[in-house]
Amino acid sequence: METQKVKVNINGVDYMVEAGLNILEACKSVGVEIPFFCYHPSLKVAGSCRMCLIQMGTPARDRATGEPVLDENGVQKIAWMPKPVIACGTNVSEGMHIITDNEMVKDCRRGVLEFLLLNHPLDCPICDKAGECKLQEYTHVYGQEQSRYVEDKNVKRKKRPLGSKIMVDAERCIQCSRCIRFCKEYIGRSIMGFTKRGSKVEIGFYDDADNESNYLLNIVDGCPVGALTEKEFRFKMRTWFLKTSESICGESSAGVNTRVWSREGKIYRITPRQNALVNDMFMSDTGRYTFKKYEQNRLEQAKIDSTPCETEYAILRACDIANIGDIAIVANAWQTVEEMYLLKDLSKTCNIEVFMASHVAEDDNKLVSADRTPNMRGALTTGLVDEYPTATVEKLVQKVRNGEVKTIICFGEDLLEIGFDAKDLKNVNIVYCGTVENETSKQAKICIPLKTEFEKDGMWINRQFRLQRFVKAVDAPSGAVSDICLISEVLKKIGNQNFTTPSVNDIRVLMSQKIPMFAGCEKIGSMGMLLDGSNFANIDFPEEDAINFKKCK
Amino acid sequence: MAIIVERKRLSFWERTYLPQIFSGLYITIKNFFSPKVTLEYPDQRPVLPVGYRGAPVLVSDSNGRNKCVSCQLCEFVCPSKAIKVTPSAIPEDSEYAFIEKGPSEFQIDMSRCIFCGYCQEACPEQAIVMSTEFSINAYSRAGLLRKKNDLYKSGGVVPDRIMKWQKVKENSQKGK
Repeated sequence: METQKVKVNINGVDYMVEAGLNILEACKSVGVEIPFFCYHPSLKVAGSCRMCLIQMGTPARDRATGEPVLDENGVQKIAWMPKPVIACGTNVSEGMHIITDNEMVKDCRRGVLEFLLLNHPLDCPICDKAGECKLQEYTHVYGQEQSRYVEDKNVKRKKRPLGSKIMVDAERCIQCSRCIRFCKEYIGRSIMGFTKRGSKVEIGFYDDADNESNYLLNIVDGCPVGALTEKEFRFKMRTWFLKTSESICGESSAGVNTRVWSREGKIYRITPRQNALVNDMFMSDTGRYTFKKYEQNRLEQAKIDSTPCETEYAILRACDIANIGDIAIVANAWQTVEEMYLLKDLSKTCNIEVFMASHVAEDDNKLVSADRTPNMRGALTTGLVDEYPTATVEKLVQKVRNGEVKTIICFGEDLLEIGFDAKDLKNVNIVYCGTVENETSKQAKICIPLKTEFEKDGMWINRQFRLQRFVKAVDAPSGAVSDICLISEVLKKIGNQNFTTPSVNDIRVLMSQKIPMFAGCEKIGSMGMLLDGSNFANIDFPEEDAINFKKCK
Repeated sequence: MAIIVERKRLSFWERTYLPQIFSGLYITIKNFFSPKVTLEYPDQRPVLPVGYRGAPVLVSDSNGRNKCVSCQLCEFVCPSKAIKVTPSAIPEDSEYAFIEKGPSEFQIDMSRCIFCGYCQEACPEQAIVMSTEFSINAYSRAGLLRKKNDLYKSGGVVPDRIMKWQKVKENSQKGK
């Protein structure tokens, strides 16, 4: 469907912009920046900060007759608004004239910033928002250099905990009401609100109320100043030291787009990345801490019978065991599409059966879906499994008990949690390849450390069948190998094949050629690529309806 | 191809060398009678000019408050990456808990420091200053790593004209 366009004149240049947009979005779409604090593309317009004031006029018409009023050259006159208007609360219309850079607009911005800074504490050196603070940025660009204020600043409550995750500093608040609107519109209940009047307005909440929500940390991202800070990230690192890389949340099959912030190989935080087709600008709080599970119990060193050894040697020994035969592979749905493709290749070449277990929990109908694995659809599309797996691998358990399977190559799963008894594990050789230690790794004959999703490149397919890529954020511990490297080595050794270990991109190109569904997958952008999931319409997926997702019946 | 360089023909006095010998001797003899400029170094200490940039140190204000709030601007601006700050929250039972943030560790690697003074310039709290210490030596590389407590000890007290945090505290009590 073609979107309707209207002609607007911005700073003397005519542009065609989408009809129905507000002036702020329209200007942004043609690259003209208008500063704003309270506006948020995913929330309702409040118009409380007045930072986006601009001058606006519409083509003049005679009040009585409705005829266009022309000037002496025969061009329709522009009826300028006598006072500036807010860009976020005004929609564009045909022939509208907008000025965003004249003295009057600049004066407005300077004035608004001066008012906002009157009672703003000089907290920047100790404020975690410094470096990504809108007030700081706009003061540099649009503000005046000197303060004219000589009175004492207002005193409000500082360092007040909101729930278990957030610290509120009311002095820094500029009353944009984004957090209030987010709680009301997205979480669905009022957690925060304003009290008092005038310059004494204070952001507040009931101390004894239920202030917990799994989406509350989004108000920290939304806060344009440092009034709301995350306890977990508080005073850990200044933002300008952190390097960001685009990633995907591995918490569930929602496939939330994220940004991983790291410095010197340590991840400090994960924040949502905007993708209007998936998660908008939000993510769950639990998803923000997925990196923590790798901070403890990390498998960093290859082991044979619990004795540390070189990773190369452990892989060789694993191949020796596999060569005896009667192998089964337990894959997991945290593996990337590329790895699954290679694993499928291995299982086909060497005739090894692949088993998987599902990890299903409660769906919150937002951004944490029932399927707590990020890439189960990757396993289906690459043909690793034919149907949606169950929580336990009963078939494999039976085979082990019957003695049909003597070796299990287990990728990251804890076998005790997916249907095995402790005594089953004694009767079988386990080659455990994973990122963290668990009960299985303790009993495994060979342990091979793998890279986590933050340490490698890859692609996952989310619940919408959207193929999304993530990139490496930090370096892996020296002993860890990538799944691709490991699977290729095994394929070379027990499949008696001779090829150079492919890079992630090599596999993407190969997949793009071999599987029609993945055509063009090597050049997907940051928005991802929607695959055709109609072949899997008969599979009963556990996910329920949510934002940007409709369960196909 | 050879190049023939034309030499200036020397005059008579120049050929005798005598004027040059005497003018050289004049300079030498003059220095016998002029005041001494050298120092007997370790026993005698040089007078350093104002604004001399020696080793960077941390200072306390006249109330004895450690001034650094671990904003890490010095770490950011340091061109040789000599500074490493570990920020943390000030414990609740501290007198200065209202400042909220302070370094749990502050380390300057003096083997990396190039005495540029950028840290002093960047500091919004005037907590890191360039001292006049110029003779920096240790028996090992580890000895050149200066920790927070050493840095505060060598920095001592530098009176603060503004006393920003004291004002913040007074104002907050007035507001209550």
